[in-house]
Amino acid sequence: MPPLAQRNLMHDKVRLAVTLTGVVFAVVLIVVELGLFVGFTVTTSSIIDKSRVDLWIVSRGTPYIEQGSAFSERKLYQVLATPGVASADKYIVRFSNWKTPEGAEEGIQIVGFNPYSGIGGPWNVVEGSIEELKTPDAVMVDEIYKKKLGVTKVGETFEIDGRRARVVGFTRGIRAFTTTPYVFTSFKNAQGYTRIGEDQTFFILVRGVPGTDMAALQERLGSRLHDVGVLSTSRFSSMTRIYWMFTTGAGVAVLIAALLGLVVGVVVVAQTIYATTMDHIREYGTLKAMGAPNSYIYRVIITQAGISAVAGYGLAMFVSVFIVHASRSGGAAILLPWQMAVGIFFLTLLMCVTAAVVSINKVTSLDPAMVFRG
Amino acid sequence: MQAAISVRNVTKVYVEGKNKIEVLHGVDFDVEQGETVMLMGPSGSGKTTLLSIMGCILRATSGSVQLAGREVTSLSERELPQVRLRHIGFVFQGFNLFPTLTVGENVELALDLKGIRGDKATQEARRLLEQVGLVTKYNAFPSDLSGGQKQRVAIARALAGLPGVILADEPTAALDSVSGRNVMEMMRALAREHGRGVVVVTHDSRVTGFADRIVHMEDGRIAEADNESPRREHAAEALNIAPFLTDPSEQTLRIC
Repeated sequence: MPPLAQRNLMHDKVRLAVTLTGVVFAVVLIVVELGLFVGFTVTTSSIIDKSRVDLWIVSRGTPYIEQGSAFSERKLYQVLATPGVASADKYIVRFSNWKTPEGAEEGIQIVGFNPYSGIGGPWNVVEGSIEELKTPDAVMVDEIYKKKLGVTKVGETFEIDGRRARVVGFTRGIRAFTTTPYVFTSFKNAQGYTRIGEDQTFFILVRGVPGTDMAALQERLGSRLHDVGVLSTSRFSSMTRIYWMFTTGAGVAVLIAALLGLVVGVVVVAQTIYATTMDHIREYGTLKAMGAPNSYIYRVIITQAGISAVAGYGLAMFVSVFIVHASRSGGAAILLPWQMAVGIFFLTLLMCVTAAVVSINKVTSLDPAMVFRG
Repeated sequence: MQAAISVRNVTKVYVEGKNKIEVLHGVDFDVEQGETVMLMGPSGSGKTTLLSIMGCILRATSGSVQLAGREVTSLSERELPQVRLRHIGFVFQGFNLFPTLTVGENVELALDLKGIRGDKATQEARRLLEQVGLVTKYNAFPSDLSGGQKQRVAIARALAGLPGVILADEPTAALDSVSGRNVMEMMRALAREHGRGVVVVTHDSRVTGFADRIVHMEDGRIAEADNESPRREHAAEALNIAPFLTDPSEQTLRIC
């Protein structure tokens, strides 16, 4: 087929620029909103997902990680005595207050873990080491929150809920979904910072013996332990994600924004492709008069839409990668996994082809006799 | 010999609300193979409507239309475009070339519609453009051509796929007299040398000398059919004008 679609599209450069701008705007908006959604979702459960354990013992009715309640650490020994358990560690995740030397207070989330096993501890440590968290008052924060917490370097001291805290290292890219940064410390320090009883814990992290049937182990622990829940890591992760993304409405808001991006894209592309079709309506009439079947003309219009989609997507990805890269040092992560990039490509194609339907309807109803009217 | 087009007792009625407007009243009309027929008449006489019906673009309200002996009035909406594609070439007043395609691509597009693609299409497009003397303009865009040249490209396009009938709507209206005669001579040569039926709707009395037959329409009826051929002498006169054309490309008349 002679390149009618390509030429018609390239014929009016200004209109092509408007079309591509519309596609780019829509795709970037979708990438940012879906990227935020993915970023938020990953962030809400990152502590759970990175724990490297099989099961979580939580206080009964705990809906998500930040809502845990303290229970007796004696349950730890019951867990350790259960066949199939390889290790069990006490764990704390709880809100507290950070006080800067200037006296300003910031909300934080204390993450207390066993620094000897490292289970549930920080990852991506870029300065200092987990070993150093074994010392009293030692804490580790993420470098994203340095400014927020008033930290400039290792060795500085602060107050957490009236107790001394000394920064011994930094992590990179461990964000909190809420505005309260994670502060990693040993379980013992965390008990002090969160003012819970010395015989209390918030969670117990369980690793099964390799090869153990985890569902069976979960059931055994559930029947042996009272007043607590036993959840698989994946289940607790999804409960936390669903709470933050849907129960709070935060996720719905970004999904709606992504949907709006899609609608804006469809409208802009539909308008410009329709205008291009109307510009060439006499040519389509000529094609029909010559005997071209409707499918031939649809192919021309859909090819135009497809070219707009591919070119617009390419430009949008260029912009999006830049935005995603820039977001790494910001408070909100925009993630663009390759699966999402591929999905958005097909979404862009669908968006442009849907937009072409208006033009196709116009051409379908075209009377070929128009070619004889002046 | 079978007529290229045979129209029998064709009527066309348009309905607008409660009003019925009859634009063709029982028209009978034949075009023989190799014959160039000019359809003349005042505006509103029904010429273009009759042309559209013969071209399977409009449906007659009643009557019979046969193309090379095949009845087309009973064909479905899906079949009519196929008939247009296979049997009819159109030449329009405003040329209706695709401005974003080159001259060669315009002809190739018509061939593509008929399933001729690739190198074969390029070769055939070159052959057709050579017939109308414009093969050197293969890669030019329509905007680079004169009106006469555009219409010759349109003729080359109409010839794609070797249709048995050429229907032309005011093909010389947008051309100067020299280009108009040139185009008409080409149309008549097409009819004669390939046994095609050519119907030309025109108001242009300057080109009537190229007709084998002139049919006058008035108020939706055939008012007068001039079956004599005194016009051929005028055609010969018109041919004599060719050496004096100012644009050498307008003089190329190699119809084969």
